[in-house]
Amino acid sequence: MAITGDSRSQFHVLAVDDSLIDRKLIERLLKTSSYQVTTVDSGSKALKFLGFQEDEQSNPDTPFGSPNNHQEVEVNLIITDYCMPGMTGYDLLKKVKESSSLRNIPVVIMSSENVPSRITRCLEEGAEEFFLKPVRLSDLNRLKPHMMKTKIKNQKQEDQEELKISEIQSDEQQQPVQPPSPQPQPQPQPESQPPPPPALLLQHNNNKRKAMEEGLSPDRTRPRYNGIPTMV
Amino acid sequence: MEVGQMQRAWVEYTRSLFREGFLDAQFQQLQLLQDESNPDFVAEVVSLFFEDSERLLADLTFVLEQQNIDFKKVDAHVHQFKGSSSSIGAQRVKNDCIAFRNFCEEQNIEGCLRCLQQVKQDYYLVKSKLEALIRLEQQIVAAGGSIPMEELSS
Repeated sequence: MAITGDSRSQFHVLAVDDSLIDRKLIERLLKTSSYQVTTVDSGSKALKFLGFQEDEQSNPDTPFGSPNNHQEVEVNLIITDYCMPGMTGYDLLKKVKESSSLRNIPVVIMSSENVPSRITRCLEEGAEEFFLKPVRLSDLNRLKPHMMKTKIKNQKQEDQEELKISEIQSDEQQQPVQPPSPQPQPQPQPESQPPPPPALLLQHNNNKRKAMEEGLSPDRTRPRYNGIPTMV
Repeated sequence: MEVGQMQRAWVEYTRSLFREGFLDAQFQQLQLLQDESNPDFVAEVVSLFFEDSERLLADLTFVLEQQNIDFKKVDAHVHQFKGSSSSIGAQRVKNDCIAFRNFCEEQNIEGCLRCLQQVKQDYYLVKSKLEALIRLEQQIVAAGGSIPMEELSS
C-alpha cells in the first residue's frame, strides 16, 4: 500500500487494482491530474482502508453511520478494476453502496473488456463511470464532477453531525481545537492554501487518523490537512 | 555521438516502432506521464512488464506441457498478459493474446501452442526494441540532453 501525491491537493482517490503495472499507471495518471492517491491491490484491502465494518449496514436508523464507524481517512472517490481474484470490483462496489457510511463515495469501475451487460450491471449498482482499460488522461476529466457533487453532499451531512457532536461534547468543545502539531516540513509552504475540507469532524478523530497514516506511510511527514490551522 | 545526433536517432527509432506496429498510442500515453519529477517512469513500467511477461510465459509453457491441459488456467494467464501488454502499448503482443484466447476458448491445443510460440517471439522482439530505446534515452540524458518528446508529434 502506498500513499502518494501532494498532500495539499483537495481530492483523495483510492485506486484498487491487482496488477502492479496498472497500479503504477493509474497512480501516475491521478497524480498528474493533481489528486492525492492511495493504491491497494485488492478489494478487501480497500474496505479495510475505508474502515468498513460489516454489520453497520444492519442499522438503517443511523443514516450517517455512528461517529465510531466514520471512515478513518477521507476518500473522495474509489476507482477499481473489475476483474480481480477474490473480491471483484463489482463486489467492492456493492459493499460500498450497501454501507451507510461509505455509500456516498463515488465509485468508478475500470475493465479491459467491453462487455455491455457488465457495464450496465455496474452502473445499475451505483457506479458513476465505467472506464475501458487502458485508462487515459482524458478519461480522468470525467472524475471531478462526481467528487464535487459528493463534497457538497458530505458537507451538508457533516454540518448536521457537527451539530449533534457539539451538543454531546460541549465540555470538550470549550478548549480550543489544536491543529496537528507541527512536524518537520521538508518542502516550503505556499502562500495560498486551497479551501480546507469540512473541519470539525476531522479534528474529532485526528489522532486516530494520524496514527493510521503513520502506520501506512512511513515517508509521509506532513499532516494531511494543512489548511486547518488557517481556519481555526 | 553528440546529443543532437542521439536525439534525432531517438525520434527516428521511436517513430519506426510505432510505424511497424510494435508499439501503439498507449506507449505515447506512458511517455506523456514521464516528466522531471518522474524521469524514470517509462523505464520502471517497462521493466515491470518484462518481469510480468517472463513469469507468464513460463507459466503458460508449463501449463501447455501438461497431459491434461487446464484451459481455464491458460485463459487466466493470457488474460493477464493481454492486460499488461495493452497497458504498455505492446501492440503485437496484445494482438497475439487476443488470438490466443480464441483458441483457448475452442480448447484447440494446436492453436494454443502456435500462439504461445508467436507471443514468445513477439515479446522478445519488442523487449529488445524497448531496451534499445531506453538505453538511447539514458545516453541522451547522461550527455546532458533532454528527450525530444515534442518532435514525435511533428
